Amino acid sequence: MAFTPIGKKYHDFQVVRDKDACINCQVCVRQCSYGVHTFDENRKCVVHDNSKCIGCHRCEALCPTDALLIQEKASDFKANACWRPEFIKYIYKQAETGGVLLTGMGSPVNIPVYWDRLLLDASQVTNPSIDPLREPMELTTFIGAKPDALAFEQTPDGPKLATKIGPQLRLKSPIMFSAMSFGSINFNLHIAMARAATELGIFYNTGEGGLHPSLYKYGANTIVQVASGRFGVHRDYLNAGGGIEIKVGQGAKPGIGGHLPGEKINAKVSETRMVPLGSDAISPAPHHDIYSIEDLLQLIFALKEASQYRVPVGVKIAAVHNVAAIASGIVRAGADYVAIDGMRGGTGAAPGMIRDNVGIPIELALAAVDQRLRDEGIRGQASVIAAGGIRCSADVVKAIALGADAVYIGTAALLAVGCTLCARCYTGKCPWGIATNDPSLAKRQNPDKAAKQMANLIRAWSHEIEEMLGGMGLNSIESLRGNRDKLRAVGLSQTELDILGVRHAGA
Amino acid sequence: MKYLIIGNGVASLGAIEGIRLTDQDGAITVVSDEPVPTYGRPLISYLLAGKIGKDRLALRDEAFYAANKVELKLNAKVAAIDVKARTATTGAGEILPYDRLLIATGGVPFRPPMAGLEGEGVYSFTTFAHAEALAEAAAEVKKAVVVGGGLIGLKAAESLFDRGVAVSIVELAPRVLSAAFDDKAGAIVSERLGKIGLKVFCNVSAKEIRRENGKIKGVLLSDGTFLEADIVVVAIGVVPACALAKDAGVTVDRGILVDEHLAASEAGVYAAGDVAQAPDMLTEGARVVPIWPNAYNQGYYAGKNMAGDAASYRGGLAMNAISFYGLATTSVGLVNPPADDPRFEVCDIVNAEAGTYRKLVFQDDRLVGCVLLGDIDGAGLYTGFIRFKFPLDAEAKQKLIDGAPSILMWPENFFDANWNPVGAKETV
Amino acid sequence: MKKVYPNKEVCIGCHLCEVACLTAHSKSRDVVIAYKQEKDALGLSPCKTVVHAGPACVALSCRHCEEPACVAACISGALTKNRETGRTEYDEGKCVGCWSCLMACPFGSIRRHPIKEKIVKCDLCAGRDIPACVEACPNWALVYEERGEK
Repeated sequence: MAFTPIGKKYHDFQVVRDKDACINCQVCVRQCSYGVHTFDENRKCVVHDNSKCIGCHRCEALCPTDALLIQEKASDFKANACWRPEFIKYIYKQAETGGVLLTGMGSPVNIPVYWDRLLLDASQVTNPSIDPLREPMELTTFIGAKPDALAFEQTPDGPKLATKIGPQLRLKSPIMFSAMSFGSINFNLHIAMARAATELGIFYNTGEGGLHPSLYKYGANTIVQVASGRFGVHRDYLNAGGGIEIKVGQGAKPGIGGHLPGEKINAKVSETRMVPLGSDAISPAPHHDIYSIEDLLQLIFALKEASQYRVPVGVKIAAVHNVAAIASGIVRAGADYVAIDGMRGGTGAAPGMIRDNVGIPIELALAAVDQRLRDEGIRGQASVIAAGGIRCSADVVKAIALGADAVYIGTAALLAVGCTLCARCYTGKCPWGIATNDPSLAKRQNPDKAAKQMANLIRAWSHEIEEMLGGMGLNSIESLRGNRDKLRAVGLSQTELDILGVRHAGA
Repeated sequence: MKYLIIGNGVASLGAIEGIRLTDQDGAITVVSDEPVPTYGRPLISYLLAGKIGKDRLALRDEAFYAANKVELKLNAKVAAIDVKARTATTGAGEILPYDRLLIATGGVPFRPPMAGLEGEGVYSFTTFAHAEALAEAAAEVKKAVVVGGGLIGLKAAESLFDRGVAVSIVELAPRVLSAAFDDKAGAIVSERLGKIGLKVFCNVSAKEIRRENGKIKGVLLSDGTFLEADIVVVAIGVVPACALAKDAGVTVDRGILVDEHLAASEAGVYAAGDVAQAPDMLTEGARVVPIWPNAYNQGYYAGKNMAGDAASYRGGLAMNAISFYGLATTSVGLVNPPADDPRFEVCDIVNAEAGTYRKLVFQDDRLVGCVLLGDIDGAGLYTGFIRFKFPLDAEAKQKLIDGAPSILMWPENFFDANWNPVGAKETV
Repeated sequence: MKKVYPNKEVCIGCHLCEVACLTAHSKSRDVVIAYKQEKDALGLSPCKTVVHAGPACVALSCRHCEEPACVAACISGALTKNRETGRTEYDEGKCVGCWSCLMACPFGSIRRHPIKEKIVKCDLCAGRDIPACVEACPNWALVYEERGEK
């Protein structure tokens, strides 16, 4: 089109409209929050502007006649192994705007996905496999500090447990919904996560945006998060959930804070976060009261005091270079669990450079942390939760075999409600009604439907996990934890094998 | 329980449907002096115009009376009612005992004192028989004068015109449709009729029907105009047919006075339809509002109450929908408020180009009346605002005036109660 | 009886219910033919209407009222209440296009046929188990269920 700036022409997507099938019903016009489709009064038909398309596929998904196809724009720059198109486009954009390039969701960059290089074992002849449809299969998982040994006392009614066991999160399946704050995603999805977690007997995490009192009724399945901005943190909040989590870092953006723009702070977000209406909510990069493991210990116990030691208190960190040593310190500081968020973890907004270049993959971090805690003899003092890039039930099984007690899923939960990873969460215009508080978009997530979809996902994964466990001859998820003998690797270097603690396939 | 219903208009039909909601077994007898089961009375203009055949007049299918176990006595007239003995006596001397009686005798065409009125060639237009007689006459005659420019008169005029008869309409008031419409709306309708070729004379009355050898020659108007005519249709309104009730000692004002249960003064006696003077939704006290939906609703509520389901009739709401040669019009509620009453606010918008007219009457912060011509698609929504009496702020009023009423303007809880009971769960 | 209940809190204003309604009531039952041919030639139009006011929107059609004002107002017998099914039924063959029902319905649920002197009104998709609009709603904003109403 004439009169468009040059940079705008190097757009990523192209709308292909089948004119024979298009009935001009304008569903696409109404659904696109980026204004790609419009009804042209002169031409009397729906037209589109490719340069505005972000590739969310909402129109394609709702088109009643299947008349739309969203494709990557075929136009290529001259092939260049070093100057790949994304870098060229970044530079064009920054030359025009002078700004940091923002993005959303998890990193799409091509670093190894170790899940794909790990393979599971199965029973043959010498040890029988188990059919989970016929025999008991235990997925129940407890998150919290476990005693090193158990003591019993004799009573007239028989032996009784004498060891006092600390508070635990009891999960019917080793999967939880990861921290996604109210504000970054909207209230409808918080209702959905809360309902799904309750129905499934698992937990969801509030994220750092506080918890609206209307959701307190789901508290038994809620982990309330305390982050550097301390949004919405008060006595009732700390006592509303079944667990408390201190968020130190996030896999998608280790080392930096967060910024929820004022436009997203509507009345309900303001009330919940306890920040003024319309003002930016800034999460500082560090907690300003934590500069050492000792400081963290103070906060952990402050929160335990505040919640009268009724609930476990965990700490979430991003997977960074010294993650094993850091995790060890966290466990020694009294955390009941450590959540490790790998570099593929999602975000509502992060500078693309940070998302794609900072942190390490969860597989390596998890293996390193589990090994370090075992080596130090403190593995039982805390549970380990793996997060950031768990894509399927096999990833869950592999994570548990690498040493995790449970996993967090965030991106997968959003995919379950329609997310297509267009990565424009930071714009607040999410056409799928997820990362937006615009009432006309947020209502695209019907809590009834979203809760059902999320619950379905976890149910499906749980069935698959049971099948995989049974195939390995295991009848309890407990027997899989840290059981790296159930894993073999393909195509990895000796260094990678050593870190993962896994033997090569065939070995 | 024995039910007796006098009349077979739509009130009678409503009563049958109302009774059968709760009482499936009680004997229902309907006595009617007409030769056919309940028919769509307003359809007689469609019949006369040749738009529909006789086969489409019936308001319910043939099986209706049998299915509802109703004994239908057609061509029979009730001559007297004994409210003490709870019996009615027909003209043929048959005595019909009842436990509950519904008087739904409707209205009779009003005939003003006028010279030359008696004799052949003068017609009314309220029944199937009238329509048939007029249809027969229309084949023979060339010119007709319709006295009365109300709904019935105009529809009679239009129907005759469609049969090739030259028609003049004489209306005493300054405009046609004076009850339901105002000057502007009346003028638009007059203009439409004039364009088609009907002659409309307002502000005059018919003084005398001139005859020669008994045969009509024409009508002399009060201003001296003489309109040639072969037949005259008198359509200046109906009066409640209360004679029977009055003779039986039932309290009658302009119509048979009934309460919110449609019960008349005497035990076991109910009245509904054009004969009843019943509570009104918008005004204090009881009124005779001889319109179709009221008749059905009154009959329906009378039926419910007769069968022992003590249901309160919410009151009638005047409304008329009528089309003239493709010009659709609706009129609902109080459309001609007293000019000097400061509580009322009237807004009207004429769009001559589009041929539309919209008039809204507000009483304080409520909508109480609405007239639409041409663009009537929002009529029901306006009726909703009148019926549910929503208080309106300035913005809401303006939306209504602008022709953009919306259900999304309804109060939240009222919306949910009506559209999504138990409905909306916690959301953004 | 089962009715269609609209939830405006989650209606996304996509109008897919209208598309489905129109197609379900077309001769061809084919969405493309229904839109490209029948809509203009036959005046095919949906019984469902999505109304908007700012971010709020909701898809409305006949409520099949317990005491329908349209039935009371109908002069031709085209509209009747079926006490067995609870449905407010419409017989197009009997309708004379007097618009009394359109005026009387306080819910604004009756529309004029674009071409014929007839009305258009929801029939709960006679012949289908689930009304087309409910089936098409991508966000469960329309539900077809029993809520103990008559």
